[in-house]
Amino acid sequence: MIDAVKARLGSIWQLSMMRWRLFYREPGTMFWTFGFPMALSIVLGIAFRSQKPEPVVCGVLEGPRAVMIQELLEKSVDVRKPDVLSESASDAQLRTGKVSLVVVPTDPPTYRLDSTRPESRLAKALVDDALQRGLGRKDAFAPHSDEVTAVGSRYIDFLIPGLVGLGLMSSGLWGVGFSLAEMRTRKLLKRFVATPMKRADLLLSFLVVRAFSLIVELPPLLIFARVAFGVRMQGSIVVFALVCLVGALSFSVLGLLLSSRAENPQIVSGLINVVSFPMYLGSGVFFSTGRYPDGIRKVIDVLPLTALVDALREIMNEGTAFSPLVLRALAILVAWGVGSFLLALRLFRWR
Amino acid sequence: MKCRGLKKTYKRTGLAAVDDDSEVVAVDGLDLDVAAGECFGLLGPNGAGKTTTVEVLEGLLEPSEGDVTILGRRWAKDETYLRERIGLSLQQTFLPDKLTVVETVRLFRSFFKTGRTVEETIGLVALQEKAKAKYETLSGGQKQRLAVACALVSDPELLFLDEPTTGLDPQSRRMLWDVISKFRNEGGSVVLTTHYMDEAERLCDRVGVVDHGKMIAIGTPKELIASLGGSHIVEVQAEGEALAALLPAELLTLPSIHACKPVLGRMAFTVGELHVALPAILTAYTERKLTVKDLSTHSATLEDVFVHLTGRQLRD
Repeated sequence: MIDAVKARLGSIWQLSMMRWRLFYREPGTMFWTFGFPMALSIVLGIAFRSQKPEPVVCGVLEGPRAVMIQELLEKSVDVRKPDVLSESASDAQLRTGKVSLVVVPTDPPTYRLDSTRPESRLAKALVDDALQRGLGRKDAFAPHSDEVTAVGSRYIDFLIPGLVGLGLMSSGLWGVGFSLAEMRTRKLLKRFVATPMKRADLLLSFLVVRAFSLIVELPPLLIFARVAFGVRMQGSIVVFALVCLVGALSFSVLGLLLSSRAENPQIVSGLINVVSFPMYLGSGVFFSTGRYPDGIRKVIDVLPLTALVDALREIMNEGTAFSPLVLRALAILVAWGVGSFLLALRLFRWR
Repeated sequence: MKCRGLKKTYKRTGLAAVDDDSEVVAVDGLDLDVAAGECFGLLGPNGAGKTTTVEVLEGLLEPSEGDVTILGRRWAKDETYLRERIGLSLQQTFLPDKLTVVETVRLFRSFFKTGRTVEETIGLVALQEKAKAKYETLSGGQKQRLAVACALVSDPELLFLDEPTTGLDPQSRRMLWDVISKFRNEGGSVVLTTHYMDEAERLCDRVGVVDHGKMIAIGTPKELIASLGGSHIVEVQAEGEALAALLPAELLTLPSIHACKPVLGRMAFTVGELHVALPAILTAYTERKLTVKDLSTHSATLEDVFVHLTGRQLRD
């Protein structure tokens, strides 16, 4: 009895070692696991770095009062010194976004702008302020402003938990789904089932290795984000790790499901792309899911990556532990994992 | 090992399936007995149904009809028992590229309750020097030896090898033959498939010739060759419409000629005594005013048995 258990564990150990060796001996997987998330966080971190507020850019249409208006606007710190433009130049610059607003020097002045553009509406408020004050409006009071930059509210703080979730999804789907399909193409699955190997042991070894590879997968990105951008872990690292583990396993099982019928790795690549692309854009990795209409959000909210990213973000940036949102996310991830597993058991082809 | 009335059919797939309900018959009623300690060879051209037969015997495919008993047991009831006791190599297995020889053998060893040590197994297939080399760096022959090592690591009673030497260089083939002979000499039973005559003649105690899913001849290589009636083959190619002018019935009256059959534009004579038959054949051609363009003789082989039985070459 004890010998049988020992033999079984030995077999799981050897299968896990196979997975692990194939993982770290493949240069490609190393790049996608470690290099890619870091490169992405560098690029996006630079693109969306916090900066001093820029003055708004506007133009003044030529006319008798144009120079007077130009001089009034020049005095404002919030508005960059405007150029006097011809009719055609002002249209062109407004259309291409070179200027956010054009002042037509009528009496009173006319503002020409596209109100759907946030920067144009901002320009209208600041230009209007400058002109009204310049022409004698008295302010009711002079407010004080208290400037703060809150750590945890920057774009990079938003991005890092998203990239962690994205990495867990890719590693799970590709690491498990693609590898299993490749083993089927190479007749390795068939060779394995021609031995007394227990089929569950092979699948288990994939999950074991996924769980352990988190130990080397997660710290580099988190440490890098901390050192390079000062992104802090506000909540419990233990809860964060637990959510990562559940997410990683859930996506691994989804990868198992996607690979269960495929004759070759190309088919699985296609399936993985079909499944992951909507989540790539929809699940709030790069921008908030709040930008989607409510109807679509109902669907997005139950996707595994949305649940995972929302939970990681809340733990990391809000410092919560097992909040209702995190518990709900864990439930969604477990449901996806168990559902995929049951379906994969019925569909999986060994030969 | 016993199998009776083995039949395996596949549903047609692809476009043909739309208006065609028929089935493809891969193995069509095959009987087979292999005794303990015997090396049995399934010989036949590509597509004859050898692999399907072996995979049914290995319990990897369900037969459509028929009955298979291995080591006195059946797959449906005793799969675990049988898996522990047979070793096999598939027609084509690609082991993991990035694993070394020793890692691969250790992995396969871990699946079995009992077996040889990893070192001993690697020694059996003479891969000691490559023990730390990754699979992707091995030559074709070394890869195939590693595949056989994975089959031998459990110290099986019965070994199935599906085309173990196809595509290998002569030296690698001889090395594998040594491994297989050694296993057999130590009391193991072997079932192998091949389309190489020399391999079957050299390794197998008995050979079954398979064509179109049927066993068309079975016996020891000597018996099969003897069934031709003669021990030499003479092939003659004459100019022009020669074959039409030659009547096999007439030629058969020549001394020491047991059979003759047109094969691929030549006339193939099965001959008992070469020194008697050859002058007679040449005289017969001259009398008919036929110019001999090419003449060759060789000792009869299993290849000739196959040609005799089917009128086709083994590797068409």
